[in-house]
Amino acid sequence: MLNPDAKLNPHLFDDDAAQAPTRDGYGTGLVAAGEADPNVVALCADLTESTRVDAFAKKFPERFIELGVAEQNMATVAAGLGVSGKIPFISSYATFSPGRNWEQIRTTIAYNDANVKVAGHHAGISVGPDGATHQATEDIALMRAMPNMKVFVPCDAIEAHKATRAAAHIYGPIYLRFQREKTPVITTEDTPYVPGKAEVFWVPGKGTGARAPKSDVLIVACGALVYNALHAARELEEAKVGVTVLNMHSVKPLDERKLADLAKKAGAVVTVEEHQILGGLGGAVAEALARHAPVPIEFIGMHDTFGESGSPDELIVRYGMTSKDIVAAARRAIRRKKLL
Amino acid sequence: MESLTEKKLESLALMATRLREDVIRMVSRAGSGHIAGSLDMADIFTAMYFHILNHDPKHPDWPDRDRLVLSNGHICPIQYAALAHAGYFPVKELDTLRKLGTRLQGHPHRGVLPGVETTSGPLGSGLSQAAGIALAARLDKKKHRVYCLTSDGEHNEGNYWEAVMFAGRNRLSNLTAIVDRNNIQIDGFTEEVMPLEPFADKYRAFNWYVLEIDGHNFEEIVAAVAEAKAIHEQPTVIVAHTIPGKGVDFMENDYLWHSKPFKPGEAEHALAELRTLRGKIKSEHQ
Repeated sequence: MLNPDAKLNPHLFDDDAAQAPTRDGYGTGLVAAGEADPNVVALCADLTESTRVDAFAKKFPERFIELGVAEQNMATVAAGLGVSGKIPFISSYATFSPGRNWEQIRTTIAYNDANVKVAGHHAGISVGPDGATHQATEDIALMRAMPNMKVFVPCDAIEAHKATRAAAHIYGPIYLRFQREKTPVITTEDTPYVPGKAEVFWVPGKGTGARAPKSDVLIVACGALVYNALHAARELEEAKVGVTVLNMHSVKPLDERKLADLAKKAGAVVTVEEHQILGGLGGAVAEALARHAPVPIEFIGMHDTFGESGSPDELIVRYGMTSKDIVAAARRAIRRKKLL
Repeated sequence: MESLTEKKLESLALMATRLREDVIRMVSRAGSGHIAGSLDMADIFTAMYFHILNHDPKHPDWPDRDRLVLSNGHICPIQYAALAHAGYFPVKELDTLRKLGTRLQGHPHRGVLPGVETTSGPLGSGLSQAAGIALAARLDKKKHRVYCLTSDGEHNEGNYWEAVMFAGRNRLSNLTAIVDRNNIQIDGFTEEVMPLEPFADKYRAFNWYVLEIDGHNFEEIVAAVAEAKAIHEQPTVIVAHTIPGKGVDFMENDYLWHSKPFKPGEAEHALAELRTLRGKIKSEHQ
């Protein structure tokens, strides 16, 4: 069942559940951050509308900086602003930023400890028809491997708003990952959000202590696919399988304590992400559990391959990220546990 | 800025020689490092830290200080020597260049060493950081100036020209770039590796104000910086023509000295030449 403590959208599973792209939450979060702190500045590389920076640009024209199609320059100009007391947010598609400007981010933002927030948009394969050139599936890995960089992957527009506001408050380099397509609004204003802390969105059932129902499998997800993970949990619950779903909205720092605790209880894990397994959430979870709770893990995500053109829904099916795929992975993980 | 008296010119020339000697000793002791660019920028670094910059070495974070951004971080030995003699940290610490645990990293790192404004080394991204710093100063209505010291070789980088476009478009008149036009890079002469000429015209086309000087003449360096301050609608670039390896006869104009280490005896030979130069400066100013 949905974790009552998470105060999620009660209409989540309705056919007409509210939908919004996570980039919308970035747009409103950026304006709110700009209202709260005059040092917040926004930089964009010729993608102002599609990265939702337009509202900020309209409201604070003097604090909006247009770079043209120049992502390397965007990162480095932001570094200069960041070491001068400003809080720059740089926005482009994730394939270009942090894709094309990775070294500039490494040297002049992360190693330089400049207070810059990197917003990577149109991440994942659900970008759709534009094809693999515009589908960032390595950005989490690129940013996660970089010392001094945090990685936040919000699951819906409301959480995206909260993550953006939180990023403005936290000193230092942060990568924020957003998606293009409308996706279900999973959380509410009241859903707990603490940067760096994972939230349990699905619990195996009612009861605490000795009467607590048993968790057979832990599903760890980030981004909009948290919705598919919850769908899978509902299906598994109907089949009397105890499921826990953890929304890992901060891939770095990773909430290792909560992850290890829940993985030990369940004894089997599935990771879910719209990104390469290699270096992504799957990699991060496997690294942590290898140290703290070595249990069977199944991975939903891109398996060392590029995407392609297609509709977002078709691609999610094609690359095995539907709720049915997650159910199957959960059953595999549980089977492997019994073989141990 | 105080006036350039004969006495001041002599003290600047002696300081530049002292910094060159320190560079030779530092790179020799470290066993690696970039010599040619460090030597040819000695006069400009001396002019900046000992005459031009409005700064306070005892308060390196003073918000109203002029900023000196070093874009081609590999010539940091000369910046470290200048910072130490200006009072940012003890001169003795220059001995630790490139050693484990040092604040004098092989390429400069902001935050560990006072006076270093940005981390640099990978080429072509200093000018855009300087542009960001200049833009922040404008947003905050601050009067300080931003100087970016760059090399000609790093003009091969795309990021560099993105910054030239950006600063021209934003009319960043509080930004001055000083280019070390020494005509060398690792693989050879700049005009053979990837020609940059017509160099000044390229800046003019991007809406910059352009000055060309002898990068070893203190009066020209100081006059050019003063002129740049009077330009209100454009960033200024000072193309400083320099001799790579300046001050040491056997190194001058030889691109191999860009990053080649010393063989036994070479550092001593270079230091002897610089001692002679010091004597010449003293007799010239008497």
